[in-house]
Amino acid sequence: MDFALIFENWPLFARGLWVTISMVSLSLALGALLAIPLALVQAYRVPVVGRLAATYCYVFRGTPLLVQIYILYYGLAQFQSIRDSVLWLLLGNAYSCAVIGFTLNSAAYVAEIYRGALLSLDKGEIEAASAYGMTRAQVIRLIALPQAFRLSLPAYSNEVIFLLHASVVASTITIVDILGAGRKLNSTYYVVYEGFLTAALLYMVVVLFITLVFRKAERKFLAFR
Amino acid sequence: MDTLFAYGPMVLSGISLTITLSLASLVLAVLCGLIGAWAKLSRYRLLNITGNAYTTLVRGIPDLVLMLIIYFGGQTLINSLGEATGLWGYIEISPFAAGTFAIGFIFGAYMTETFRGSYAAIDKGEIEAALACGMRPATWLRLIVWPQIVPLMLPSFTNNWLVLLKTTALVSIIGLQDVMYNANQAGRSSHQPFLFLLLAFAVYLGLTALSDLGFRQLRNRYKLR
Repeated sequence: MDFALIFENWPLFARGLWVTISMVSLSLALGALLAIPLALVQAYRVPVVGRLAATYCYVFRGTPLLVQIYILYYGLAQFQSIRDSVLWLLLGNAYSCAVIGFTLNSAAYVAEIYRGALLSLDKGEIEAASAYGMTRAQVIRLIALPQAFRLSLPAYSNEVIFLLHASVVASTITIVDILGAGRKLNSTYYVVYEGFLTAALLYMVVVLFITLVFRKAERKFLAFR
Repeated sequence: MDTLFAYGPMVLSGISLTITLSLASLVLAVLCGLIGAWAKLSRYRLLNITGNAYTTLVRGIPDLVLMLIIYFGGQTLINSLGEATGLWGYIEISPFAAGTFAIGFIFGAYMTETFRGSYAAIDKGEIEAALACGMRPATWLRLIVWPQIVPLMLPSFTNNWLVLLKTTALVSIIGLQDVMYNANQAGRSSHQPFLFLLLAFAVYLGLTALSDLGFRQLRNRYKLR
């Protein structure tokens, strides 16, 4: 192990770390938003739309993220019409392709978590809210969703770590994330351990950090249990 | 359509490799999981620590990073060990062995948690009663532990298998010719990446749907929802 080599290249890893963190946070935020309607239409059994949302979740959870990312990045580039359209601003760029892919994938998983939480809510609470004369939309916005978010917290922390781990596939579409930095170091200096082990260590540190943050959050938001 | 017939069979030929690799990794994962759970449940502290280190480490590092470490780092490590001790000459690790080992080792950590959690959920009184009756360990395992532990671990085991199956797509990155690799190659040769990546997408969806059906049968047998 050549530690000097790793320290000399710290800007490379710092950039990689930033790319991973920004990519994953952006996708998580967008995914969590997209998951809300996906979960609601399933939990409230909205005809047709509920079924469509369920199919969406099933398909995105049933296929590897790698395939999804490749379809977005390599697959869609096949069509001239897409390359000529405004969409190309997003799809022609590896970083935004990764964010779109991660968002669509994460939304499917998070929707499952929300859906489970919505279904496990205390019926009494919902009935009490309706008895107070709240409209259905008010019940959902003020009672059901905030409660569901709290209940989702433990499962959601797993999803965050899952997406962080899954984000390594970004390095296969030319993005220099944490693993990308490791691969770059290895191929530049013809070494095998330095880049990958540094990447592994960085991922572990991020996972540890996420775990700590969620433990704090759970203690705060689930204190009533 | 012609290109689909020209390259389609090549993509589909990867299915056998994907399935073989998944099953081989699953066997290894179950073995690692049994050993891991035994270590974690053991009354010896050293074994507990080792078991905990195994699950924490593996679940902290992304699968692709571990796979690359094992494939590239492991290769170098084995050969430098061989050179230093003079016990063996140059050994080349095949991508299949590296892939199986990496995936089996990684999912062994998840299996450890599945087995440990399910065992912990069995009523301790029954276990003690059976032992107090003088049951031999083999009988005890077969008649008392097995029938209770299977329904408990089935949901999480199913989940592990589905994630494992999708994870095998990553071996295409270390050059194994699975569905993903072949789809990528077919897409490049035919200049129709979308078509073949979509085919791979469908194959994975089919495989997970089939597994889902199989496990549903098992769940019905054990009267689980």
